Amino acid sequence: MKKCLQRTYMGIIFIFLYAPIITLIVLSFNKSKTRAKWGGFTTKWYIDLFKNRAIMQALYNTLAIALLSAAIATVIGTIACLAMTRMKKRDRAILMGITNIPMLNADIVTGISIMLLFISFGIKFGFGTILIAHITFNIPYVILSVNPRFKQLNHSIYEAAVDLGCTPVQAFFRVVVPDIMPGILSGFFMAFTMSLDDFVITHFTKGPGVDTLSTKIYTEVKKGIKPEMYALSTIIFVSVFIILLAVNLKPEKKEK
Amino acid sequence: MSRKYLAAPYLLWALAFVLIPLGMIVYYGLTDSNGAVTLSNILAISSPEHRKALYLAIGLSLISTVLCLLMGYPLAMILASTGMGKGAFVVLVFILPMWMNFLLRTMAWQTLLEKNGVINNLLGVLGLPPISIINTGGAIILGMIYNFLPFMVLPIHTSLSKIDVNVVNAARDLGANGFQVFFRVILPLSIPGVISGITMVFIPALTTFVISNLLGGSKILLIGNVIEQEFTQTGNWNLGSGLSMVLMIFILVSMITTFITDKEEA
Repeated sequence: MKKCLQRTYMGIIFIFLYAPIITLIVLSFNKSKTRAKWGGFTTKWYIDLFKNRAIMQALYNTLAIALLSAAIATVIGTIACLAMTRMKKRDRAILMGITNIPMLNADIVTGISIMLLFISFGIKFGFGTILIAHITFNIPYVILSVNPRFKQLNHSIYEAAVDLGCTPVQAFFRVVVPDIMPGILSGFFMAFTMSLDDFVITHFTKGPGVDTLSTKIYTEVKKGIKPEMYALSTIIFVSVFIILLAVNLKPEKKEK
Repeated sequence: MSRKYLAAPYLLWALAFVLIPLGMIVYYGLTDSNGAVTLSNILAISSPEHRKALYLAIGLSLISTVLCLLMGYPLAMILASTGMGKGAFVVLVFILPMWMNFLLRTMAWQTLLEKNGVINNLLGVLGLPPISIINTGGAIILGMIYNFLPFMVLPIHTSLSKIDVNVVNAARDLGANGFQVFFRVILPLSIPGVISGITMVFIPALTTFVISNLLGGSKILLIGNVIEQEFTQTGNWNLGSGLSMVLMIFILVSMITTFITDKEEA
């Protein structure tokens, strides 16, 4: 009885979370151009999508920014975590406080604050400004997932490696990095996802002519969204779903 | 050992792109377009239209936060108790939707909620009266819950899974019934998660301009919409910054609350 109730409740929440996604997938096969009507099944939008240069450019920008910002944030964040292991408690607390600012701050405030900075220093808005903004809000995700790994790290292993003749750099890459790798990977993955899904901060830091998928969709909202957009997001969603499923099911099988 | 100097790149980055930009908001918020110091940008919050937008935003985001808590807490408990919460499953369920663009997901609710939308058609088939919440505060609340529910569930789930099973068992052995175990053991121990969940839902809900834009029609203006328009349409950065400073007071309060509970936990 209790289990049944629990299952039903989970089911309802699941429907709530995924109903819009299913709607979008259905719309991507809709022959009619408006959202409101079902005009029959078609795969036309999936073919048109690859001919639409504006969408392809936006996709390229989105992926490039997500990849670059996540990678740079991972490097800066991991190095900062390494530094924190040798810091005094008070210094570490200050650094973690600074790290929490972009996490807890409202996106709109983060966005306009960076926009005002660029305006004041006369920096031209474009790809670079979006990238800087994304790195800024991605670093905290990396730090928060790498830092716990450093705390669990057994420090004597590093010292043993140095005693046995490794240089500190060698010891870091051969001993420490493999140990903290899961944290680095999940930090990178979180950062990549956040960058991909961001609209608000990009909205304030982008220049005219440079669009990511989010900003492109936002300008299309008033005119009506192009069905190719539904097709593209369906492709992205389904491929990520398959990848995540494959990655997550594998280790479980091994355990059995 | 000079290892701590490795923090320099991050510190410089944070200084340049987190701290100085926040200072810019304060600078613009406290000056007028000629650069003279003024409080008028901040006091502008008390004008009727701005005050209405602020109160509406506070009201809608409070309702959404409470509903998120009521929906999310049982969900977090189920996830923690069935062991399904261990590892990848939770992440899979809650992070996966983020790969479908946030604007499109929110837009899809329009299709679902419209007068002749999917939900009303379903209700019609079941012989129930149609609902019309699109372009109302109700639709905005729904959009807020939809977008921010994961931020409530994940921290509560984290603090629930940290609770030692033996503590719960001890309470049972000592004669506590289900309600007593929940209210006197589980709930108090999960408070840090609840507080961080509340701030992580309330702040983005309070400051959103996208959800109100997409689901509230163009008639409902929240404080986020007002600020966004000052920056992208009117071009009055000083006023926009002043109003943002008012929002930052709310953010500051929630940051301090989180800090205090964080410290107690540690």
